[in-house]
Amino acid sequence: MRIGVDVGGTNTDAALMQGDAVVASCKQPTTDNVSDGIVSAIRTVLGESDVSAADVQCVMIGTTHFTNAFVERRNLLDVGIIRVALPASRGIPPLIDWPEGLLAEIGDHRYLVGGGYQFDGRLNSPLDEKAVAEAARELKAKGIRTVAISSVFSPVNGDLEERAAEIVADVMGDVSMTLSHTIGRIGLLERENAAVMNASLAELSQRVVESFRAALRELDIAAPFYISQNDGTLMSADFVERYPVLTFASGPTNSMRGAAYLSGLKDALVADIGGTTTDIGMLNSGFPRESSVAVDIGGVRTNFRMPDVMALGLGGGSLVVEADGEVRVGPRSVGFKLPQKARIFGGETLTASDIAVAADYADFGDPAQVKHLSPELVEAAVQRIHRIVADGVDRMKVSADPVPLVLVGGGSVLIDRDIPGVSEVIVPEYAGVANAIGASIAQVSGETDRVFLYEDTGREAALDQARQEAVAQAVQAGARPESVEVLDIEEVPLAYVPGGAVRLRVKVAGSLALEASEAVQAKGAQGGGR
Amino acid sequence: MKLSIEDLVDVGRGAAFLGTGGGGDPYVGRMLATHAIQEFGMPELVAPEDVADDAQLCTVAMLGAPTVLTEKAACGDDVDLAVRRMEKYLGRSIDAILPVEIGGVNSMLPIMAAARCDLPLVDADGMGRAFPEIQMVSFNIYGVSCTPLVVTDDHLNSLVVDTGTAKRAEDLVRVASIEMGCSVILSSYSMSGADMKRTAVHGTMSLALEIGRAIARGRHNGNPIDALIRHLRTTPYYSECRVLFTGKVTDLRRETTRGFAIGHCRLSALDSSDRVMEVTFQNEHLVARENGEVRAIVPDLICMVDSETAEPIPVEALKYGQRIRVIGVSAPPVLRTPEALAVVGPQAFGLEDAFVPIENLPESSTSSASPRGTQK
Repeated sequence: MRIGVDVGGTNTDAALMQGDAVVASCKQPTTDNVSDGIVSAIRTVLGESDVSAADVQCVMIGTTHFTNAFVERRNLLDVGIIRVALPASRGIPPLIDWPEGLLAEIGDHRYLVGGGYQFDGRLNSPLDEKAVAEAARELKAKGIRTVAISSVFSPVNGDLEERAAEIVADVMGDVSMTLSHTIGRIGLLERENAAVMNASLAELSQRVVESFRAALRELDIAAPFYISQNDGTLMSADFVERYPVLTFASGPTNSMRGAAYLSGLKDALVADIGGTTTDIGMLNSGFPRESSVAVDIGGVRTNFRMPDVMALGLGGGSLVVEADGEVRVGPRSVGFKLPQKARIFGGETLTASDIAVAADYADFGDPAQVKHLSPELVEAAVQRIHRIVADGVDRMKVSADPVPLVLVGGGSVLIDRDIPGVSEVIVPEYAGVANAIGASIAQVSGETDRVFLYEDTGREAALDQARQEAVAQAVQAGARPESVEVLDIEEVPLAYVPGGAVRLRVKVAGSLALEASEAVQAKGAQGGGR
Repeated sequence: MKLSIEDLVDVGRGAAFLGTGGGGDPYVGRMLATHAIQEFGMPELVAPEDVADDAQLCTVAMLGAPTVLTEKAACGDDVDLAVRRMEKYLGRSIDAILPVEIGGVNSMLPIMAAARCDLPLVDADGMGRAFPEIQMVSFNIYGVSCTPLVVTDDHLNSLVVDTGTAKRAEDLVRVASIEMGCSVILSSYSMSGADMKRTAVHGTMSLALEIGRAIARGRHNGNPIDALIRHLRTTPYYSECRVLFTGKVTDLRRETTRGFAIGHCRLSALDSSDRVMEVTFQNEHLVARENGEVRAIVPDLICMVDSETAEPIPVEALKYGQRIRVIGVSAPPVLRTPEALAVVGPQAFGLEDAFVPIENLPESSTSSASPRGTQK
């Protein structure tokens, strides 16, 4: 037995799973003290199914807590930044493009020291160990408790970052440390930004993970717990204490992964229709397609592995308005006030949910409240709702071939008709808690992102090496070796460079070895989700 | 006129558009220029006609793989060194910095160099777009020597290359730049003010700024594509322009040939028609064909922008399913002469098609502006 929990801004959902089957599920309001909501949701599913806490093998939690804390600039620490790069990269200092409000939170504690690699792994300059120690002494004197370390081409070779971290630990003693190569890809500034973001959340992450631990203790659940990261795979709790930034955008990912799981489809479009917005994404091999562009989070440019999701202004609470002979739906919404404001619940506002009930394909609230609506208005609104989804679907598709569309989320009742370009519309059972189910899917991943010279190594050998490195990471993070599969291979030849230099990115994932979960957690603490 | 840090956002966007898919992401360059301006102040932008005939100019640019530049860009001292070494070799001081390539990241390096060296920046360049090789520059085409050419790296190593031809210099510099880490600073094309006036594409820094501003304004008013096209029509070189195709990316193939990344991007029309456009690129877009027929060809500009926001999309960011408008734009006249076409025309990129100016090519069969009679 395992339990998936999704802690969203509005609701905390839980699903109790046995193998592939959903045993029980529930949806509860998120509480100010996050752990209370988790305790209540887990208690509900255990109570409903009469399962004892001792039978729970594993708990998986998805949370938007860290994203929100960063974007809202709550509880951020002053961060010491050591960039191992000189003589390179002095032209672009750390934090150059950060919004001023955030800079005030992070402080100005930046150090550039000698060291770094070339694109092909050659040493560009040796680590200036003295300068690192000097920076660490200054940071210690300033009372800094968290440090981000970046280095030129550290995704190609992370050794200098590791060595710098040893020196910093020697000088500063008990200090939280984020090494850029463990969380980001090629692109120094974006990777360093992600490391700084992560470092700023260091104490919040310990508090939040501790509150999750406390919640499970209160429930007498002794099983290990994992937290989902932005690509839909799991991190051990110990790992997330150190790398909270990897939870960013795990919400949409979990919904999509849950949709794949519930529908049994690995390649499909997914529309997660909530109260205010609809997120549409594309599943490839059971995982969300990733966005290829730099992503801004709270005004900071990063190169995270984010799901490529399009948000549309349509949800169960979307306002339905007649204007200029046209019927419009959304983007404004009554949001979480749907149970008070919608007509079917005795309110005054006409919403997309009212239309679905009036058109007689959804059955909730009081249908008598929408009986008098003119059939023309209802028909026009129904068409509008379907057109919004159809347009989003068409934008996210990669070919003209029809693909299946899986609907999840509370607003999935809004769709009743065929959508052009879609082979079939599937609304699985438990669609409302797809995100919690997505969190419960026990997979861990590994990834390599490096530059290879094909003329030296040969393409096949380079692919092999990259694959092996990625698999080793997944296994270290707790995957059963025989279950690890390649999800994605991306080959991009480096423009303007002869010699067959190719940037090769290989991503793999495998199932978590549940039966040996304690051993796994210990390993995950070192290797984590990467 | 002085550029502000805020202007750099618009210059960068305009430069990405003129990069025609290549030239590198101006973001890194913009950060370099921003930091240089923060440290050293704004450089003065001077019109080409205001530069004295006997003034001594040189270009400054970054050379390397765009992916490498995102990790290891200029450090600053390497830029200063390139200018100082050029002065030493020439035996006289440099009076102003001249951009070599307005498209992409190299729109920003001269701003950085001018700020750091406290020199004016000439509002002109040698391409009016982006090209992949050192000899593909109007300066070279019209007889200005690319050498002496100075290459510097972050360790402050420097090389001076003095060769008979630009092509030979290109070959030598490529080899050296790989050894130096695929990211080097280059100073070349030293020339007099008079030679600059004769050979450069004038006004391109302001043009990039204005193109960037037009897109930003268009977004504010809800129609950036329309604003972009209408603005281009008012410019001196880019006035022959049209949306060649609106479609989504349905196929993307890349290969490495002769050391360059060659790619083919196939777009399918968004309407229900069978129209297909294939754009071939070698770092920059070379030719756009609709159902096999050429709609625009190098040196004319083929630019891909996001179909809603008009944000220019570099070839490295192309992906399946993207909604794109392909815009064809006339190249500056100095790139369309017979001597220019020998260096930057279709044959220089291994294409067999002859160059036909975009205004003489048939428009798309479904384009409303094109009467049926003009179809071949």
